[in-house]
Amino acid sequence: MEPFENVKSIVTPLDKVNVDTDQIIPKQFLKLVQKSGFGKFLFFNWRYDENENMKSDFILNDPKYDGSKILVAGDNFGCGSSREHAVWALDDYGFSVIISSSFADIFFSNCFKNGILPISLESQIVEKLLQETSPIEIDLENQIIKTSSEDISFEINSHKKKILLEGLDDIAQTFQFEDKISEFEEKSTVPSVL
Amino acid sequence: MGKTLFEKIWESHIVVTKQNEPDLIYIDRHLVHEVTSPQAFDGLRMNNRKVRRPDLTIATMDHNVPTSDRSLPILDQTSAVQIKTLETNCKDFGIKLFDINSPNQGIVHVIGPQLGITLPGSTIVCGDSHTSTHGAFGALALGIGTSEVEHVLASQTLWLEKPKTFEVRVEGKRSNPHAVTAKDIILSIIKNIGTAGGTGTVIEYRGEGINDLSMDERMTICNMSIEGGARAGLIAPDQKTFDYLQDREYTPKNYESLVDSWKDTLKTDSDATFDKQFILDINDIAPQVSWGTNPGMTCDVDEPIPSPDEYSNGDANQKKGAEKALEYMDLKSGTMIEDIKIDRVFIGSCTNARLEDLIEASKIIQGQKVTSSVNAMVVPGSQMVKRQAEEMGLDKIFIDANFEWREAGCSMCLGMNPDILSPGERCASTSNRNFEGRQGNGGRTHLVSPVMAAAAAINGHFVDVRKLDLN
Repeated sequence: MEPFENVKSIVTPLDKVNVDTDQIIPKQFLKLVQKSGFGKFLFFNWRYDENENMKSDFILNDPKYDGSKILVAGDNFGCGSSREHAVWALDDYGFSVIISSSFADIFFSNCFKNGILPISLESQIVEKLLQETSPIEIDLENQIIKTSSEDISFEINSHKKKILLEGLDDIAQTFQFEDKISEFEEKSTVPSVL
Repeated sequence: MGKTLFEKIWESHIVVTKQNEPDLIYIDRHLVHEVTSPQAFDGLRMNNRKVRRPDLTIATMDHNVPTSDRSLPILDQTSAVQIKTLETNCKDFGIKLFDINSPNQGIVHVIGPQLGITLPGSTIVCGDSHTSTHGAFGALALGIGTSEVEHVLASQTLWLEKPKTFEVRVEGKRSNPHAVTAKDIILSIIKNIGTAGGTGTVIEYRGEGINDLSMDERMTICNMSIEGGARAGLIAPDQKTFDYLQDREYTPKNYESLVDSWKDTLKTDSDATFDKQFILDINDIAPQVSWGTNPGMTCDVDEPIPSPDEYSNGDANQKKGAEKALEYMDLKSGTMIEDIKIDRVFIGSCTNARLEDLIEASKIIQGQKVTSSVNAMVVPGSQMVKRQAEEMGLDKIFIDANFEWREAGCSMCLGMNPDILSPGERCASTSNRNFEGRQGNGGRTHLVSPVMAAAAAINGHFVDVRKLDLN
């Protein structure tokens, strides 16, 4: 995973609550067996009509937001299915920061495995950011969002912050505890399946 | 101070713990399916890693398998590739696979318990959010993403932050348990706590209303924990749990001694406290029907659809959500639920496609016909459920009533296979999610119990099954 670097961009305001992962990446695109190329299917049913023409009233189709790296959305973002394809699609489309007043647990965890920073903020601040038209800057090291008018600080677990900043490979980290895992297995009373 | 069941299972699975960091938790059972695993196996290959414990891992294909004639080739080429990929991966990494022709094939959350793979007190993961189902056996069962699937394959562990605890206490007795089902209990809970009410927590369902439930019913409850936002749902094991798992194909040989050890330990201590609590009284609850585009948008069958104002309780964003939901569902506030006409009926999914679900639904339709304007199907949760139902003659009851009787799989719950709604079609579904387009682009889903779905199939609209003679 690439280390996370500071991001400066305009925000794409997706003013909806309870955006579920079925909307982020509809099921017909879950049949692919690789991780790449999901960006073109992001929010597919909101972006395209039944004839696959772009819907002009959906925010991602407004050229004003082309190149935006920061998505701001309403409460409980990423709820529902555990499909990591949702994060792959957001990443491949170009988003590296998602801001919401709350995230569903599995989606939240999936973000960190793919170098995406989910930031949870008070609803009033999210409401304000939904209206922000100037570029904002995300400084993960200092946990600050710099807008045209103010600096907003955000919370992040120090362990998760380290994973993003250093682009750590989870599994390689875990293998350092190989002896502990073996030790646990020797004591475990749960039998094998087979 | 005492400990909750969740805390006991968590603590007994800690491999590494450090202050202010996630714990490394050992995983006892890993269930794998075709949709969320290919990229994980690819990751192992790229890094030259192997599966640490193939003997704790099983796989099946359920999400995109056709439910029609299994002797025919799979026409959807991308599905066929994904299924083939799982076969290859299981072969290459030495994992036991229940493939499309296996008598044990089925929805992963239906077959785990049926085969005795799900065990009380164990940790279970699967790249699927409805893994919470296995919590019905007192297991800590978590849905995970594909990166975590890869992590578990490689290390049999996961880094997890300890969730908070949430007691959902279900009090009272249902006066008609054939009409008011486990599905109605869990939908009532979600309606009350909201779809994010359980975020960051593990729910333990407790109380008389839970103790009274069968194992199939408990699985329905735990299955939808994720719809309340929870990380997992748990029910402490009791004699029903131990009896259910006795003599299954993969029940451990030392089962009796395991049961002895579980009996004393796998329960919440009387002096334990929870971080959060919700109490539901089920003495008077009604059958539930969802009217919107998330499972919290649900009301009683004898109620009108609420207005966005009534639903949102002053929250402007929730109000906007309800307005959009009504527009998508093509419904108006004030319409009585029983006046909503339906086009399709789906009895299936990891929520409600076990044997008891099919038995209860069959009682409603026995000797009746699906109304001509409705297309109805039953998709048993596993091939074993299908065989058991056929031995009881349930297939004949459904087929005589003009239901389609299918092979096992996830099917129209998420429509990855050919079983989908057409745009605008309205479905009474026993599944778990009524999200926009979930069952097919433009399709409209109403979540209900199997008996409510069966009654809707006969009548062409929702009916209050409490009015029917079900005894």
